[in-house]
Amino acid sequence: MPATVKASDVNEGEELKPWTYQVQREDLLRYANASGDQNPIHQDEAFAKSVGLPDVIAHGMQTMAKIGQYVTDWAGDPGAVVRFKTRFTKPVVVPAAGGSSVTISGRVIAKSGTTVTLQLTASTMDGSCGEAEADVELS
Amino acid sequence: MPLNKAFEGREFPAGAPFTVTAESIKKFADAVGDPNPVYRDASAAKAAGHPDIIAPPTYLTKLNFEYGAGMLADPDLGLNYMMVVHGEQEYQSIRPVRAGDVLVMKPRIASIAAKGRNEYLVTEANIDTQDGENVAVARSTIVSRGTAPQEG
Repeated sequence: MPATVKASDVNEGEELKPWTYQVQREDLLRYANASGDQNPIHQDEAFAKSVGLPDVIAHGMQTMAKIGQYVTDWAGDPGAVVRFKTRFTKPVVVPAAGGSSVTISGRVIAKSGTTVTLQLTASTMDGSCGEAEADVELS
Repeated sequence: MPLNKAFEGREFPAGAPFTVTAESIKKFADAVGDPNPVYRDASAAKAAGHPDIIAPPTYLTKLNFEYGAGMLADPDLGLNYMMVVHGEQEYQSIRPVRAGDVLVMKPRIASIAAKGRNEYLVTEANIDTQDGENVAVARSTIVSRGTAPQEG
């Protein structure tokens, strides 16, 4: 499906405008119910600590979904994403008070015909939490 | 306890078909906090060239909990789900998943490898429609924390 971004308007090396979102405990509960991932490390602080984690952590796939939102908002059509890969480098810790703030940035690292490859990084104040790559079919 | 390497290469029977509903796509997009109308409104999806409401790129994670969790729950594999974190996920999309699709996932364990104190279990799965159309390929690495065989 065609994206609204035109390949001719995109250059290799181009930076995408960074975007920051907030994640709270209630977002994780909603995500658990929608995705089916009810692992208590994403909901139960005492449990998360009992298995050696610093606190409740976000689902890796919740972070990947937000990176996906960043990519599809940029491309204009979610159907344009033909490959999407994320490496979860560090957990996103979500304290009960205040949650966590995650910033996503991206860069065009390759362009071949109308397909571009984006390199994406999601970071918290503790550093990178996700490193992603997406191939997007532009028009 | 280390994972059972004998599971490498093992294929799992496809589970019951998974029906993608408009309601579950909307619920997923709501939970992510993604307001894109192509996940909710058939006319917006059609205007973008799709036959019906489409699903976000990571929606297929739901299938892991329909099928994958069961396959990884085999006690002989020795995986303690509570000690697991997600290491990496990749989707190749042949075409967007959309409302009305009836999907079948065919997973297999591609590899089990130790690195440091952790073990890395890679699963691969084709996601096809019930009619045999391949719509996506999923590849997932999960990390079993602290279960690698210890030397000495």
